[in-house]
Amino acid sequence: MSHSIKDDEVDIVIAALHSDLTSLLNEWRPVFSRFHIIIVMDPDLKEDLEIPEGFNVDVFTKSDIDRVVGSSSTIFSGYSCRYFGFLVSRKKYIVSIDDDCMPAKDNQGFIVDIVAQHIANLTTPATPFFFNTLYDPFRKGADFVRGYPFSLRTGVTCALSCGLWLNLADYDAPTQALKGGQRNSRYVDAVLTVPARAMMPVSGINIAFNRELVGPALFPAFRLAKEGKLRWETVEDIWSGMCAKVICDHLGLGVKSGLPYVWRTERGNAIDSLKKEWEGVKLMEEVVPFFESVRFNRASVKAEDCVVEMAKQVKEQLGQSDPVFTRAADAMVEWVRLWKAVGTSSAVPEG
Amino acid sequence: MAQASVKPIPILKDELDIVIPTIRNLDFLEMWRPFFEQYHLIIVQDGDPSKIIKVPQGFDYELYNRNDINRILGPKSSCISFKDSACRCFGYMVSKKKYIYTIDDDCFVAKDPSGKSINALEQHIKNLLSPSTPFFFNTLYDPYTEGADFVRGYPFSLREGAPTAVSHGLWLNIPDYDAPTQLVKPRERNTRYVDAVLTIPKGTLFPMCGMNLGFNRELIGPAMYFGLMGDGQPIGRYDDMWAGWCVKVICDHLGYGVKTGLPYIWHSKASNPFVNLKKEYNGIFWQEEAIPFFQSVILPKECTNVQKCYIELSKQVKEKLGKVDPYFNKLADAMVTWIEAWDELNPSGANSDKLPNGPTK
Repeated sequence: MSHSIKDDEVDIVIAALHSDLTSLLNEWRPVFSRFHIIIVMDPDLKEDLEIPEGFNVDVFTKSDIDRVVGSSSTIFSGYSCRYFGFLVSRKKYIVSIDDDCMPAKDNQGFIVDIVAQHIANLTTPATPFFFNTLYDPFRKGADFVRGYPFSLRTGVTCALSCGLWLNLADYDAPTQALKGGQRNSRYVDAVLTVPARAMMPVSGINIAFNRELVGPALFPAFRLAKEGKLRWETVEDIWSGMCAKVICDHLGLGVKSGLPYVWRTERGNAIDSLKKEWEGVKLMEEVVPFFESVRFNRASVKAEDCVVEMAKQVKEQLGQSDPVFTRAADAMVEWVRLWKAVGTSSAVPEG
Repeated sequence: MAQASVKPIPILKDELDIVIPTIRNLDFLEMWRPFFEQYHLIIVQDGDPSKIIKVPQGFDYELYNRNDINRILGPKSSCISFKDSACRCFGYMVSKKKYIYTIDDDCFVAKDPSGKSINALEQHIKNLLSPSTPFFFNTLYDPYTEGADFVRGYPFSLREGAPTAVSHGLWLNIPDYDAPTQLVKPRERNTRYVDAVLTIPKGTLFPMCGMNLGFNRELIGPAMYFGLMGDGQPIGRYDDMWAGWCVKVICDHLGYGVKTGLPYIWHSKASNPFVNLKKEYNGIFWQEEAIPFFQSVILPKECTNVQKCYIELSKQVKEKLGKVDPYFNKLADAMVTWIEAWDELNPSGANSDKLPNGPTK
């Protein structure tokens, strides 16, 4: 089931943690050139941005961020600068990748068009209430299997599409340090809906979402004391993603995981990162019981209302154990304020 | 973190039985010979007991027909279906092994994308011997597989996983569709090889297909009752579905995992969709009631083993689904009979005597 993408419905958002994006954009040219691209420069980046010609691109720098958000306490440094791109976008769908991700090839040797795949994921229903053993039933050549209840076959709107990574997979520092040579070469030809109530680590490296439905639920809030410029020195996306998943579950929206793949290039040294940053890994341990027990008011029918409700519960239930949670709760509230002031407010999902 | 698996996979030849229901013949076993020959087979012969089913030379097996089932179980044989592959669960009951692999007689060896023949049994064993991860979804699928691991953000305290009770394999060529889908898409074939095994999260139900299924009989065997189907029953082709819903609810309660994905087999026969429609007809409507029932089942914490869980489930089936159709009252009673029969045939501390080849005496 293909969906013709209207080019003006999609924004590509890239956080620039490196100044020279020439080869990145040239590699993505066949896929990205039709779309509007938002590049947000890490405010800590000192050098000038280098991008090749021929793209429809808007670049936002530290001064743009300061001008737009004014005196907001929201921290947009490092990977979190991409959230600024989500904030100022006016498109329905956002596809966001890290600046160290190149196009991957599928098992037939063809370049993966991540935009087409993410949009296909977002524009076909998700099936969170019952697991289909042949994965996404809306893909060509597949369907619902025997025993899948008919009343659940219409599915729900998919709000979040989580892609994967070949080569350097998204491992944490301890894992990558111990398995230094491990590279992901397994191309799993599947998209599946992550069931309702299942928790998952949503990686920010390669994601797409329906901004109108869940934009406010992806936010820069969980900042580690020594957060760095390598993904395995952060968990901000993991925190945001876990919040987004429970919010989607509450709103009756779906989250898919699987295709598309990107090729993630080599960077950094996991052992060095391990020496530097261990806190995030410890903190994730505490949050599982919290996410299992989060509840929302029936009256919260929009993502921003859910975020505010969540923030309150984060403060009450996790605030005591570590100040990073209190700061996260405050940041979530501030994000919603900012979203309402600067972003466009989100739609109510169709019932 | 996950251990890299560089050790060869144990064959488990004295710990695993292969259960095969059949009504016609076992010719398909020839193709499986290299992979199955070392294992003990339990053949459950459905239909006319006077028919002689030939087992290819060289296989070690025991065979049960309807007369054997009636003789062994006496009045309790009423819980075993007739004229339906659901009768295979009799094989689970009489087995003395730790693991079961069950396969249909129209399932053949498939090839992976490199052209290599797939040893389905070996993959099932791998799945069953490594943990599951039902409490938190891993986006790179099975983290215990070579070349994979837990991703960033996966809580370390959950990386030991849970014991795997079920390994649900898939099918290339004829997919396991219901009758309405078969009628609409008669030519659709499953050609997509998805190179993944994954754990179905706790709290989520799935349609369990019995065509290519492995399980740990010690962990979950008593819950693998395939219900009342076929002759004299108002429903068919929901045997494995029913077992799957019961199994998943009980696994979730007891903290066991259910995996799905690899291995693939090649499913060669598409059954007649009109015949299927008649069999499935009631099921299509009844499952709309059954699913919400299973989704909301709460098993009390006193249910500390599978049998207790299953008996409790049967009570709730009678209470809540009995009003949907009297069939569910019969089914609930059969569930109890099944557990009684299971416990009789499998008293704790039973010996696993090796039976001589051939039909039971």
